Amino acid sequence: MLMVAALAVLSMGARPAAAVDLTMYYPVAVGGPVTKIIDDMVSRFEKDNPDVKVTAVYAGNYTDTMTKAMTAMKGGQPPQLSVLLSTDVFTLMDENAIVPFDDLVSDKAWFKEFYAAFMANGQVDGKTWSIPFQRSTIVLYWNKDAFKEAGLDPEKAPASWDEMVEMSKKLVKKDGANTTRWGVEIPTTGYGYWMLQALAIENGQKMMNEAGTEVYLTAPKTVGALDYWVDLSRKHNVMPTGSIDWATLRTDFLEGKTAMMWHTTGNLTAVKDAAKFQFGVAMLPAKERRGSPTGGGSFYIFKSASPEQQKAAVKFIQWMAAPERAAEWSMKTGYVAVSPAAYKTKAMEDYAKGFPQATVARDQLEHAVPELSVHENGRIYKFVNDAVQAAVTGSQKPQEALAAAQAQSDRVLRAAK
Amino acid sequence: MTNLATPSLIPERRARSQAWWNAVNAWLLLLPAAVLLVAFTHWPILATIRHSLFITKRNGNEVFVGADSYQAMGGDPIFWKALVNNFWFALGTIPTSIALALIMAVWVNRNMRGRGFLRLAYFTPTVLPMIAVANIWLFFYTPDYGALDQLRGLFGLGGWNWLGDPSTVMGCLIVMVIWKEAGFFMIFYLAALQQLSPDLDEAASIEGASRWYTFRRITFPLLMPTTLFVAINAVINSFKLVDHLVIMTKGGPNNASTLLLYYIYEVAFTFQDSSYAATLTVVLLMLLSAIALIKFGYLDRRIHYQ
Repeated sequence: MLMVAALAVLSMGARPAAAVDLTMYYPVAVGGPVTKIIDDMVSRFEKDNPDVKVTAVYAGNYTDTMTKAMTAMKGGQPPQLSVLLSTDVFTLMDENAIVPFDDLVSDKAWFKEFYAAFMANGQVDGKTWSIPFQRSTIVLYWNKDAFKEAGLDPEKAPASWDEMVEMSKKLVKKDGANTTRWGVEIPTTGYGYWMLQALAIENGQKMMNEAGTEVYLTAPKTVGALDYWVDLSRKHNVMPTGSIDWATLRTDFLEGKTAMMWHTTGNLTAVKDAAKFQFGVAMLPAKERRGSPTGGGSFYIFKSASPEQQKAAVKFIQWMAAPERAAEWSMKTGYVAVSPAAYKTKAMEDYAKGFPQATVARDQLEHAVPELSVHENGRIYKFVNDAVQAAVTGSQKPQEALAAAQAQSDRVLRAAK
Repeated sequence: MTNLATPSLIPERRARSQAWWNAVNAWLLLLPAAVLLVAFTHWPILATIRHSLFITKRNGNEVFVGADSYQAMGGDPIFWKALVNNFWFALGTIPTSIALALIMAVWVNRNMRGRGFLRLAYFTPTVLPMIAVANIWLFFYTPDYGALDQLRGLFGLGGWNWLGDPSTVMGCLIVMVIWKEAGFFMIFYLAALQQLSPDLDEAASIEGASRWYTFRRITFPLLMPTTLFVAINAVINSFKLVDHLVIMTKGGPNNASTLLLYYIYEVAFTFQDSSYAATLTVVLLMLLSAIALIKFGYLDRRIHYQ
C-alpha cells in the first residue's frame, strides 16, 4: 500500500513541470462502448501532448452532466471543460460559467470549418460559445426484413406522415390481444421536447425565437404535431400507448418489437453492431416539409479555468474536432461528423461506400433547424416533456397539455426578458 | 460520577463546588453531540428558512423577497402534484409494510426448520444498494420483456407499460418500497418479540386464551413502542425516496411519480434554483415537524412502556 502511494507521488513528480491538468465531464446518451472510445481518444491526445493531462469523467445523461457541472461550479471545483447539450448555452451564459472561444483562439477561420447548422446553436450575441462534438439529428431507422414480411418495399422508407401511418398499419403484428410488433415508436421520456420539435418543424412551425425568450407551444401547428403523435397510438393503433422509454427503445427495435423507430443518429453504430436483420436509415418523413432539429453535445470551456488551462482546453478540443478524429468518432458511434472535411477523409469515404446509412443524418442537415434552446432551458424542457407525456398517456388532450406548458413557460421566461 | 458521601457529612461549600463540577462535566459530555446537532440540524434549518425569503441574483447579490417564493409555490401545479403524490405514497406504503413486517416477524420467531434462511431472505432487500434495487425492479416492470408481462403473457394478456402509465406507476413504486421496507422493520419486531417474557404467554395459555386472543391482548400491546418507532421510520422513509425515482421514472410520466424530495432535488440541482428549493424544503420540514409533534404530544402517552 505504502509502495503504491510512494509510486503515485513519484510518478506525479515525474511529469513535466509545466503539465496542465484538465477535468472534462461528458455525457453518454446512446448505446455502445462510448466511454471506452473517449478514454482511448484522450490517451492518444495525451501521448501527442505530454504537457496536458485530461481526466475525462463520464457523468450520466445530458441532464445529469449539466447538473454535475453546475453543482461542481457552485461548490467551487468546476471542470475546465465539458461536453454539454449545445442548447445549454443560455443557461451557462446566464450563470456566467463559460468563456467564448473568440477570446481564446487567434484564427477565427477555425469556426468556419464546421457545419453552419451545428454552429448556429452555439453562436449568441455574435460570439461562439461552443464547438460541436457529438452532434446529431433525429433519423428514422427501419427494419427491412419486417418491411419485406409485411409486403412493403424494403428499400423505401415512408416519406410523409400519411405514408408512415399507412405503412405502420401493415407492419403491426398481433398475437391475440398481444401486439408482437408495432409499426413505429417515437420515444417520449428524456428528450420528448426534441421529438415534438421535429414534428413541429415538419408541420412548418418554429418552437422558439432566436433570442431564447419565447416558445410557441400553443401555435396550431405545434398542437397539430402533438395530435399526430398521439394519434399514432390512440387512433391508428400503430404505436404503444403510454410513455416510450428513450433508453430501451433501441432494444425494442433490435428485438423486432417495432418495425420503425425515431432516434438519434448517435445510436447508429450500436444498432449496426447488434442488428440481426437488414435495416435502413432515412430522413424523417415530411408533412409540410422535411425537418429535424439538430441535437447533441458541444464542447464548452469554463470561465473559472486558469489561462493556461483554457489554452490547453482549446488545444484538446482542436485535436478532438480535427477531421480525422471527427470521422473516427462518427464511424464509431454514428454521430454526425462535425465538419465537411471529415467526410472527405479517406477512411470516412470508404466507410460510407460500404455503409451508406452513415451519411443520412449529415444529408438531413440541409433541412435541419437549431434545437430548442431558451433561457431557463432545464425548466422549459421539463414543461414540454411533461406536456408530451400527459398527451401520450391520455391524461390530457394535446391542446390542454401544451396550453399548460405554455403558461408555465411564459411565467418562467418573463424573468429572462 | 455518583457522589457516594452523604450530604450531611461534607461541608456545605464542598457540596456546592461538587454540584458545579457535575454541571460542567455534564455540559462537556453533551458538547460533542450538541455541536453536531447545531451544526447539522439547527443551523441548516435556520439557514434554509432565511434562504427561502431571499433570491440570489446572477451577480451573486441576495435580494429580500419576503413570502414571494411561497406565493409562487402556491401557484406551482408540480408542487401540489408532488404533495398529493407523497400523501398517497405514504398511505400506500406505511400501514402495509408495518403489518407485513409484524406478520413476518411472528412467523420467523417460531421454532422451525430453515428459520435462519427465512430471516435472511426477508432481510436481503434491506442490505441491497438502492440503485441495485431499482434496477432489479425495472426488470419486473419493463413492458413486454419484464417478469410481470411474461407472467401476463401466460394468461394470454398483452404487455402493459407499468412505469409509463400514470395510473400504474405509483402502485408499482409502492409495491417495490413495501418489499424493501417490510424486511427492515421485521428486524425490529423480531428483536422486540424476543424481549417479551414467555411467562405472559404461559399464563395466558393456562387461562385458556386462544393464540389469536393472546396476540391481540398481550403481544401486540407490548409491541406498541416498537410499532411507534417503526411507524416514525416509515414516515421519514416515505418522504426520503429519491434514488429509485432517478433510476426508474424521473418523476414521470407527467409527474405522476414525482415525490416532494425528488422535486426539491430537481429544482435545486437541475434548475439551479436554490431559493425556491429552500422554500420547498421548509414545507417538507413543517410536515415532518407536525408528524413529530403528533408523536410526542399524543401517541407517546398512550403507549405502555415496560
